[in-house]
Amino acid sequence: MAYREFKELSPNASTGAKVTNWFENRFPTAFDAYRVHMSEYYAPKNFNFWYIFGSLALLVLVIQIVTGIFLVMHYKPDAAKAFESVEYIMRDVPWGWLIRYMHSTGASAFFVVVYLHMFRGLLYGSYRKPRELVWIFGCAIFLALMAEAFMGYLLPWGQMSYWGAQVIVNLFAAIPFVGPDLALLIRGDYVVGDATLNRFFSFHVIAVPLVLLGLVVAHLLALHDVGSNNPDGVEIKGPNAPKDDKGHPLDGIPFHPYYTVHDIFGVCVFLFIFSAVVFFAPEFGGYFLEYNNFIPADPLKTPAHIAPVWYFTPFYSMLRAVTSEMMYALIACVVLAAGFGVVKGRLPMFIKVALAGAAAVAVVLMLSIDAKFWGVVVMGGAVIILFFLPWLDMSPVKSIRYRPSWHKYLYGIFVVNFVILAYLGVQPPSPIGERVSQVGTLFYFGFFLLMPWWSRLGEPKPVPDRVTFSAH
Amino acid sequence: MSETPIDSSKRTWLIASGCAGAVGGVATAVPFVSTFQPSERAKAAGAAVEVDISALKPGEKITVEWRGKPVWIVKRTPEQLAALPSLDSQLADPKSERKPGELTPEYARNEARSIKPEILVAVGICPHLGCSPSDKFQTGAQTSLPDDWKGGFLCPCHGSTFDMAGRVFKNKPAPDNLEVPPHMYLTETKLLIGEDKKA
Amino acid sequence: MKKIILTLIVALGIVSGVQAAEGGIAWDKAPGKVTDTASLQNGAKLFVNYCLSCHSASFMRYNRLTDIGLTEQQIKDNLLFTTDKVGETMKAAIDPRQAKEWFGGNPPDLTVIARSRAGHGGTGSDYLYTFLRTFYRDDTKATGWNNLAFPSIGMPHALWQLQGDRRPLFEEHESHGHKIQVFKGWEQVSAGTMTPLQYDQAVGDLVNYLQWMGEPAQNTRVRVGVWVLMFLGIFTVIAWRLNAAFWKDVK
Repeated sequence: MAYREFKELSPNASTGAKVTNWFENRFPTAFDAYRVHMSEYYAPKNFNFWYIFGSLALLVLVIQIVTGIFLVMHYKPDAAKAFESVEYIMRDVPWGWLIRYMHSTGASAFFVVVYLHMFRGLLYGSYRKPRELVWIFGCAIFLALMAEAFMGYLLPWGQMSYWGAQVIVNLFAAIPFVGPDLALLIRGDYVVGDATLNRFFSFHVIAVPLVLLGLVVAHLLALHDVGSNNPDGVEIKGPNAPKDDKGHPLDGIPFHPYYTVHDIFGVCVFLFIFSAVVFFAPEFGGYFLEYNNFIPADPLKTPAHIAPVWYFTPFYSMLRAVTSEMMYALIACVVLAAGFGVVKGRLPMFIKVALAGAAAVAVVLMLSIDAKFWGVVVMGGAVIILFFLPWLDMSPVKSIRYRPSWHKYLYGIFVVNFVILAYLGVQPPSPIGERVSQVGTLFYFGFFLLMPWWSRLGEPKPVPDRVTFSAH
Repeated sequence: MSETPIDSSKRTWLIASGCAGAVGGVATAVPFVSTFQPSERAKAAGAAVEVDISALKPGEKITVEWRGKPVWIVKRTPEQLAALPSLDSQLADPKSERKPGELTPEYARNEARSIKPEILVAVGICPHLGCSPSDKFQTGAQTSLPDDWKGGFLCPCHGSTFDMAGRVFKNKPAPDNLEVPPHMYLTETKLLIGEDKKA
Repeated sequence: MKKIILTLIVALGIVSGVQAAEGGIAWDKAPGKVTDTASLQNGAKLFVNYCLSCHSASFMRYNRLTDIGLTEQQIKDNLLFTTDKVGETMKAAIDPRQAKEWFGGNPPDLTVIARSRAGHGGTGSDYLYTFLRTFYRDDTKATGWNNLAFPSIGMPHALWQLQGDRRPLFEEHESHGHKIQVFKGWEQVSAGTMTPLQYDQAVGDLVNYLQWMGEPAQNTRVRVGVWVLMFLGIFTVIAWRLNAAFWKDVK
């Protein structure tokens, strides 16, 4: 038999039941999926506010895709027509202005939601075993999202679009040896132009969204395979976790209907805030729709300050922070780290020798290659380091709730530091700004690179074996 | 999916959410579907065209573009006008009774199919498969035309013929007369194509 | 958790407030509301009469002016400039190549000028309101004009007949060891056809129109937004009760 035994219903079953049964016999995958991922997926019952952002991210993805489909019906990916076609959408297409504002607000909303979603992971140790791969898929989604946003931003072909793209593509040119050719390959021309616009359009509209969808599916399937974490960091499905007489975790509840209904409420609150922005402040003070972008791209005239859109600015600050002076601080860090590893590390001798050798090579490279290139490395590294988080966190305890109290302050400072870096990235460069971003960059990297050490300091609090939950 | 019956508070709020959700869903769909409607640019491009016919001589034809289609303006000679009634028996729809709403506005439901008898305004697209018929104003026998040809149009693609009022002859591939577009006279010599008095 | 939020709020408080100064004087606040149709209509008239000779507004259709209370006939009779079709866009009278020859560059399109000029100093209207009122004669410039809000601009004073000639007065101050010129006020050299108050009102109307033209859908946007938020407010309450109805079962 190529297929499962068909289930037969009794002749006096209702029509609805018969129709459902017809489908279930021929497409059991769909029905099994519904059971596995919704009605019989037991999620911890103590989810709090931080757990809404995953669902919201999925909602914003759908909003961007749907509004994007309608925008593409009217947008023209031609350097001579792009800017005009956006104004055409805003003025001549019935309700076009609404679709456009939903898409531009959605882009910023996506990053707000994703940053908060990632922060939840940080707070509750959601990236720890057995969920490392869920985290890695998530970091890949973050990278793809940044690429998607960057390429989408070129499409309106305003001054910020053009010069932002020019600057970022030139970053690739900073790579030694292959840089300039790589930049030429990305642009398709000697400067950002029509060729660049058309390929970014293709990537933004179809290539990267397909990748994003695939990664999101992988992210969710990997999560459901190992089960969700919760604010207490207590495993509800482990071998020692208590179950009821049907085998369901006592601390879990079926995702549908409890979390579907809970998420509807969360979605409503989100849509209220989202709509308030779309209808009353779509420019959001120039942060969601930048003022300079209402000037058509002019390859001969660079605007007074170019800054990337707000969601890239923390990383942009780090890029700008790496000056030739900063290189000395970074070299010192490399030497110190290698020295530490060699002297105090409990590693076999040949590894220590390799470490010292690698450090020496690094120092030579850092002295010979321009700070500009290292700025790019630092900026990229700031995102890549997130992938390694599951192996950097060596705390015996998953959730912030049971970590030593001072860990909370450290996380708080991390957030403040990130926000300061973001703010500085929006401002034009200044001597004080440079110093602060340099310190901020060192703190950011120190937070992660030194985590194997600081996460083990202090006395953790006893972790309960049942989740903390009070009836609503 | 649940063995126990849904309790009343769940049912109340499920119904309330369902209704509100449906209203919200429709309200959200309306702007999206509306973006399909012709934009202001399309409407502007489809706007009526003004034509000055003061220089048009009897027997001459000019062509203007309206909504991407060729529109013919022909000043018919008295002989051509006089010949029209005699052709009625050879025509498929001499009184322009087929699809009147689409093809022949009220003011053109007459023998000459026009407001001013001598000026014919017709869309130069064959109702068969869309080719543009050629002018055949010369009377008498010619290739693909009968010996008693009184003047009109011949479509080169499949041989449909039309008289000087754009009416199609019987037994030809084209089923209908040429379309008379909405039009009106702004002055004796200025024609507006695309709009008429009731618009 | 609460500590994290608190530190965040405090940090934001410390960190906000640093303003970067652009070249040019501080901007005055533009009067006028984009819901004032009389002001918008007057502004439209001024725009067509004084700006369209050199600047285009190539994304703005004439027939959109029906949104500010004009009929198509009124538009056709009084405002159609380089076209006779009311559905066409507002193109400038000038040829771009000639403009480049005479002014050194093609005068920029003004359709979204009010959106593009917003900045730290205020809204785009504030900038434009200041800009259109701070031209002065300057023989050292090719056009013979200069401007306090946009120093060394290549544009002459299009409205000089209305405002007349004025001269800016400066006072010398000491600052950080060097002498700087501080703008003190204006001196009317020759009168225009409008009094200063009338001129300011006219410019207020023109700038109001430019602000509206930058986003003609803005009034609709706000109106629809009120309904959307009201609906979502109600829906949120329903969703909240729906959630409570299910979660009361969870112990």
